[in-house]
Amino acid sequence: MNGNRLVRYSLRTIVLVYLGLLIVWPVSLVAKNAFSEGIGTFIDALTEETTAYAFQLTLIVAVWAVVINTVFGILISILLVRYTFPGRRALSAFIDLPLSVSPVVVGLALLLAYGGTNGWFGPALEDSGIQVIYATPGIIMATAFVSLPLVIREIVPVLTEIGTEQEQAARSLGANAWQTFRRITIPAIRWALVYGVVLSLARSLGEFGAVKIVSGNIVGQTQTATLVVEEKYQNFEQTAAYASSFVLAAAAVLALIVVTLLRPGHEESASTAGVTAATTSVPTQKDPA
Amino acid sequence: MSIEIAGVSRRFGDFVALEDINLSVPTGQLTALLGPSGGGKSTLLRIIAGLENADSGTVEIEGTDATRLPARKRNVGFVFQHYAAFKHMTVARNVAFGLEIRKQSKKQVEERVREMLRLVHLEQFADRYPAQLSGGQRQRMALARALAIEPSVLLLDEPFGALDAKVRKELRDWLRRLHDDVHVTTVFVTHDQEEALEVADQIVVINQGRIEQIGTPDELYDQPASDFVLSFLGPVTTLGGRLVRPHDIEVTTAPVPDAVPGTVTRWTRIGYEVRLEVTPVAGGEPILVQLTRTEALHRGLGEGIGVWLRESSPVNGSAAPAAVLA
Repeated sequence: MNGNRLVRYSLRTIVLVYLGLLIVWPVSLVAKNAFSEGIGTFIDALTEETTAYAFQLTLIVAVWAVVINTVFGILISILLVRYTFPGRRALSAFIDLPLSVSPVVVGLALLLAYGGTNGWFGPALEDSGIQVIYATPGIIMATAFVSLPLVIREIVPVLTEIGTEQEQAARSLGANAWQTFRRITIPAIRWALVYGVVLSLARSLGEFGAVKIVSGNIVGQTQTATLVVEEKYQNFEQTAAYASSFVLAAAAVLALIVVTLLRPGHEESASTAGVTAATTSVPTQKDPA
Repeated sequence: MSIEIAGVSRRFGDFVALEDINLSVPTGQLTALLGPSGGGKSTLLRIIAGLENADSGTVEIEGTDATRLPARKRNVGFVFQHYAAFKHMTVARNVAFGLEIRKQSKKQVEERVREMLRLVHLEQFADRYPAQLSGGQRQRMALARALAIEPSVLLLDEPFGALDAKVRKELRDWLRRLHDDVHVTTVFVTHDQEEALEVADQIVVINQGRIEQIGTPDELYDQPASDFVLSFLGPVTTLGGRLVRPHDIEVTTAPVPDAVPGTVTRWTRIGYEVRLEVTPVAGGEPILVQLTRTEALHRGLGEGIGVWLRESSPVNGSAAPAAVLA
């Protein structure tokens, strides 16, 4: 037992030191530096015109990217779980591509496809008055691209687990496809959905590489919060860079807190399904049948 | 006839689930689809419900051709083996679901839900969630939900299959009594011959995608149309090259004409019943014999004793006159 204890405490120490040195300490330094010249400077840095605009743009982009990924995420998840078709496994693997490809590559790829002068679709779109690259639509596309799998990866296991019986029961009780989706499917996956949305939001707020390429980084126009951080830092405006960084980090931490608070509910809904399956085989006493 | 099935076939790839099924389900009766798992009985039930499509053939429900009708338009109550409870809704909301879809007034829905919950004895559980109910309670909720929409037919797919033996038996008796009250045409799938024999008015034995026999429990048990039906409906043993029921064997300790001589090699007592294994003098597989304990003691039977066995009542599949062949 003593040996066990030793292992347990050493493991804890190793993990804590590792996380501390790698994550907690550096991030806390960002917070410290953000407020190093007082709260007044911190607020001034954030309310400065281009920074404020950048945050506003980041928020708009993140919200759009999350909305798009939620809608398509639900559609793709249902397709993956409820239908069998040739290439289903390939599609499932393909969905993870945005997580493994470097965001810079994503940016370049979008530039090639939608660039205004020599992209595949860019000139045609530009002729009809829609500018994608070096404009908000491009930034939204890049952000949606990199955060695509997050909603899907949350929903798919839950959809698989709940199976189709509830949906079939709803059908036999007279519900049409939409009623079944809205009243049975969505409530059954709601926690996974919320979890996926929060993760996507956090990821979208912090996207840098892909956005940097497609946005063109035009101050006051296409410069997002992460780009502001980089620019301020390179222009030796350290405090301003740290202030913006702090807000981004705080948003991410907030998202994690929300997710952690949701997680018990999320796990519960998943585990009740497990319990349900388990109790069916367990003797049920005192049934007043 | 409430349900008319004509020429229904269904394949899954190379596997023939159902082949040319013709079946009439009488109105107001409780019909059991009985057979081994994988025999096609659940597929047939799902085709009636519209949850599965037949490759060919027609399904008529109460005089209307339902072959191409989607499940939601068939007005069929379906109960699943694993309840298919709507986990995010209370018991009352589960039962109300079909009524709300039918846009009934709030008052109507409330009244009907209360009536249904009373019927299945779940009034005090109206505000609970399915996860807070036992398996038996969940299945009764599912039944109330299916009955609430006043279905033309009630279909139950292995309804008690996921429950333990005791609850299963209670629910079985309860379903029989419920059916005597409600009188909705009911078809239920089971692989448990005891369940079918006890509950059903009519039994349809299905094996390997075909109907083996249709008849009342008595007809099937006493005049099985085939060795399969004979052996599926109860225990069987081979006596003199023929399949017979172990309790239809007469045991004597003195020689009688046309009897098979043997020795009692095993004696197992289960409550009031005694099961014997008799090894024939001529060799071969031991013959199983079932008799009451009183009878066994009265005849002075025991391990090692020489006995003569013969069929006590003529039961043979191929000779059954009243058996209805599909």
